[in-house]
Amino acid sequence: MKIGVITFPGSNCDEDTVVAVERVGATAVRLWHKAHDLEGSEIVILPGGFSYGDYLRAGAIARFSPIMQEVVAHAKAGRPVIGICNGFQIACEAGLLPGALLRNASLKFVSDTVRLRVENVDTMFTNRYAKGQVVRIPIAHGDGRYHADADVVARLEGEGQVVFRYVNAAGQQAPDANPNGAINDIAGIVSAEGHVLGLMPHPERALDASLGSADGLPFFESLLARVAA
Amino acid sequence: MSATPRPGDPVITPALVAEHGLTTDEYDRLVAMLGRTPTFTELGVVSALWSEHCSYKNSSLDGARTRYLFAGVVKGIGDYGNCMGVPTVGGEIVFDPAYETNPLVNAMCVGLMREEELITAKAEGIGNPIIAVGARTGRDGIHGASFASEDLSHESDAKRPRVQVGDPFTEKLLLEASLELIRSGHIVAIQDMGAAGLTSSSAEMAARGDVGVTIDVTKMPLRESGMTPYEILLSESQERMLVVARKGHEAEVKQILAKWDLAAEVIGEVIAEPVYRVTEGDRVVAEFPGSRLVTDCPVYHPAAAESPEAIARRTRDVHAIAPRAEEADPVWTLTRLLGAPTIASKRWAYRQYDSTVRASTMEGPGGDAAVVRLPGTDKAIALSTDCNGRYVYLDPRVGGRIAVAEAARNVACAGARPKAITNCLNFGNPKRPEVFFQFREAVAGMGEACRALETPVTGGNVSLYNESPNGAVYPTPTIGMVGLVESLAHATPSAFQRPGDAIVLLGENTNELGGSEYLLTVHGVVAGAPPACDPARERALIDALLDAIHAGAVRSAHDCADGGLAVALAECCIADREHMLGASVDLAAWGALAPRALLFGEAQGRIIVSTADPARVLAAVAARGVPARRIGTVGAEGDPLAFTLGDGRHAASLAVLAAAYHDTIPSIMSAGALPAAAPEQA
Repeated sequence: MKIGVITFPGSNCDEDTVVAVERVGATAVRLWHKAHDLEGSEIVILPGGFSYGDYLRAGAIARFSPIMQEVVAHAKAGRPVIGICNGFQIACEAGLLPGALLRNASLKFVSDTVRLRVENVDTMFTNRYAKGQVVRIPIAHGDGRYHADADVVARLEGEGQVVFRYVNAAGQQAPDANPNGAINDIAGIVSAEGHVLGLMPHPERALDASLGSADGLPFFESLLARVAA
Repeated sequence: MSATPRPGDPVITPALVAEHGLTTDEYDRLVAMLGRTPTFTELGVVSALWSEHCSYKNSSLDGARTRYLFAGVVKGIGDYGNCMGVPTVGGEIVFDPAYETNPLVNAMCVGLMREEELITAKAEGIGNPIIAVGARTGRDGIHGASFASEDLSHESDAKRPRVQVGDPFTEKLLLEASLELIRSGHIVAIQDMGAAGLTSSSAEMAARGDVGVTIDVTKMPLRESGMTPYEILLSESQERMLVVARKGHEAEVKQILAKWDLAAEVIGEVIAEPVYRVTEGDRVVAEFPGSRLVTDCPVYHPAAAESPEAIARRTRDVHAIAPRAEEADPVWTLTRLLGAPTIASKRWAYRQYDSTVRASTMEGPGGDAAVVRLPGTDKAIALSTDCNGRYVYLDPRVGGRIAVAEAARNVACAGARPKAITNCLNFGNPKRPEVFFQFREAVAGMGEACRALETPVTGGNVSLYNESPNGAVYPTPTIGMVGLVESLAHATPSAFQRPGDAIVLLGENTNELGGSEYLLTVHGVVAGAPPACDPARERALIDALLDAIHAGAVRSAHDCADGGLAVALAECCIADREHMLGASVDLAAWGALAPRALLFGEAQGRIIVSTADPARVLAAVAARGVPARRIGTVGAEGDPLAFTLGDGRHAASLAVLAAAYHDTIPSIMSAGALPAAAPEQA
């Protein structure tokens, strides 16, 4: 399977994401932001970083990159797109996902390894996790506070579109387990049709227990399982 | 050809020369080199190249200002480093009134390369084009290098606009473009335009290659109109590189830069004639013979004499300082030390730094050393930065040794063999004899330790004139040490890992108390001789520890540093707040020592190890002739840190210790100011 990873100017998790894709046996396709071709990628990943320096607003300029026309068309055709961290911000700015990522409530950049509860395992991105499983995944962002209108949040919650939620060691939601003030402790969501996923944490940094956690591996394995199924 | 003044250039007067920071002797030297009066442009070039260089300076304050500076520096490091996608994996933060008016910020960047991709900053190949790449040049930072080499005075406030503004996004693009350029084979040399900008990068590249260069400033991509050659040469606009390309490959170089939306313009060429020539179109505005501009800079041998104040402080009998009443309970003292900002956890700061990008960080900030895996291998590198400026102030020779030895112990505790150091030498005005004495002695001490440890000094930088109207900073030769973890199985954490493990102390406790954090925090005293440091014994200790680690016998290893044995033991218990383990230790064997020296003295050459196999550790260590003794046992979660002294058993609740250690800096930064050290006693 070919998985495209886009490099925007200022992307800095693109290489880590390529390594993760290859680690599970998929073929990584490096895509340049000025191109107009996804080169046959079945899944497209918008990686983390500071595209365009996060100037204006995180993700706000990247959505106008030439390749985003193809990415939006790919998503509109019902094909999978993943936005990780800055990629989640870009996906929201491009209208592929509802809501927005605001400045962290602390007003500070936060780098840490947090616990997430996997709320929905019936997605093509999470089928290798167990429902309610608590996983440890690194975060590193300044604008990760997910927010949306109350009716949107109600719909996300009602339709099982909240995929990852920040929790404490006991697997419970708690104010001090939420690193950025996200509404309802939301760390990751999936689109209503189930083929666009955005998350602030970095599963590509959690592939190896010797680096602190291998809990990101099932995320990438899930992508392959979907095709095998 | 010979340089001629531009219309409108100021006349060269003694006052103008002085304003450029050149002494009369230096000016005479320049005139002799040129055989004539320099042009204004040439005066600017020499002023920049002959200055010492580069530091951060600041002025007047109070506690709130320190808090503001700390928060701002942390945010600045985070904003730039996070955007660059380079993980910030470790560091050291020290608070002391000595830095209050002049905070020091030292950065160390470590990269990984293939030997065959090595490229240097040596201009070569007659006729090869010189290309300026990256950001356009503006007026920011003109004479930054000269400015950084001035004493800070109230008058220099007026010169503040010389500070440059960085743009990490452009730097990230330039980083990627530079790596692509190097791999492309289209260039022969590349150098950052750092201090003194185009002037120093071009002159240094020419000197290294033993060739001439000619530069036409009208070709430089500019951000502002009307810039003079003087301004273009001395601008310190950030995010620029100077490249020597292969002749005929100019288009390919420009194409790579264009891919990254960056400018690239041919501004000159490598020439056979041994001159450094700057033109403005057809007019020569500066011309220096050969490479003498760089190699002929004046060398000084200033007078050196230790300050009477440092001697008086060092020779003070600190054992005569009466303990405070509260010290009857050593847990009180321990808790106070764990809450001292220099010792307390710096998580508040490093949580703002992306430490995991590039997915190779095995051990991030907070341990003895950071450990970063080398992808595709079974190896990792360990990194540590260290300097105790108080020690260096009290005894620069010993303090210099300790800075290196502590950095080496830290990387060894992580499981790595020390390999090499870099350094940043932060000192006051070297023209003052007491400062030059500190500089000379500290460098000598560092050299002694580096020879014993076989760690070459691969580079570094010097930051002088770190003074304010309140005096000089502590002499602070910051050491950045790199070690190699030869197998990932050797990577070793610093905190206790498993209840029931034996605790073994490597090295020997002493009665030393001088220069300690204890004296500063509890008594407000900076005095006494810093602890002795024997480089040969440090080397044996490190070899012994690594032998034990390689034998698979070590579960954790932690260096004893600021705050001494008791603080180090507490850190082993509470460093990871989610997994705190108690410990029970018996120190009665050292009943002859003053209890506060035993617990809080900072004797060098000590490491706390936890192990399931103490006999094996003791045997490995004995083989290197290093003293070691089992001092206790790791406890369970919920157990206290208990220690037995000659006068009985003392137990400290880990919750209390952890609150002091982990909550001090967050609560200060969310509310009040950093607490001052105790007022100095008479």
